[in-house]
Amino acid sequence: MEITTTSHKRCTVVKMDGRIDSNTSPDLKKSLDKIMEDGTYKIVFDMSGVDFISSSGVWVLMETQKACKRWNRGQLVIATPNERISRSLDLAGVHHFFSIYDDITEAVGSF
Amino acid sequence: MPTATFPGRFDSLAAISKFIIDSAKSAGLDDMATYDVELAVDEACCNIIEHAYGGEDKGEIECECEVTDEGLTVTLRDWGEAFDPKEIDEIDYSKPMEEIGPRGAGLMMIRKAMDDVEFVFGEDGNVLKISKKK
Repeated sequence: MEITTTSHKRCTVVKMDGRIDSNTSPDLKKSLDKIMEDGTYKIVFDMSGVDFISSSGVWVLMETQKACKRWNRGQLVIATPNERISRSLDLAGVHHFFSIYDDITEAVGSF
Repeated sequence: MPTATFPGRFDSLAAISKFIIDSAKSAGLDDMATYDVELAVDEACCNIIEHAYGGEDKGEIECECEVTDEGLTVTLRDWGEAFDPKEIDEIDYSKPMEEIGPRGAGLMMIRKAMDDVEFVFGEDGNVLKISKKK
């Protein structure tokens, strides 16, 4: 599992590979918290390399979204989720809390 | 009937998923049905570790997979605290996002992902039996 962070002019892209479950979601939370501590609240989460996400991962994204949207200072958008990730978001009932893009360039360009 | 016992730790989850995926393929489930079972079992095991055992390394999780004519039945057993599923409220998504918390999310996902969900709490542990049709 690897988490990479890339800063762009208007947003930061976070990419994680592999499984996001209760064993790995704390690492994702640390990365996202660090970005927000550094003052960035416009975040793209590139999920092209993620093949599994459980509710613990979904709730890391939800808590990040709550923090990003506070005072209209930004948001977390999801990019390139595969069919399995979409299924998890659907079963968790949280699809509608996120803007979801099939293309990473489009996601970055949304900010 | 494939059966395996795993330590009640979060770093067991990947191995449990692999065990489930192999059984789901043997049962003839397609990729998305297999993912549903993988997800439901992961959620159930997290609930066992967090709530039944109250933390990691407090007990084991027994996992049994039965291939049936209809699909796959997974039976999970633990020896932690029992709970009443009826006491877990459904998440109310009509509320503002700020007011929504994760409590009950795992159980809700299990119910939505699987065709049958049955809890039995007895002297020989807590049993969750979940089935997915082909």
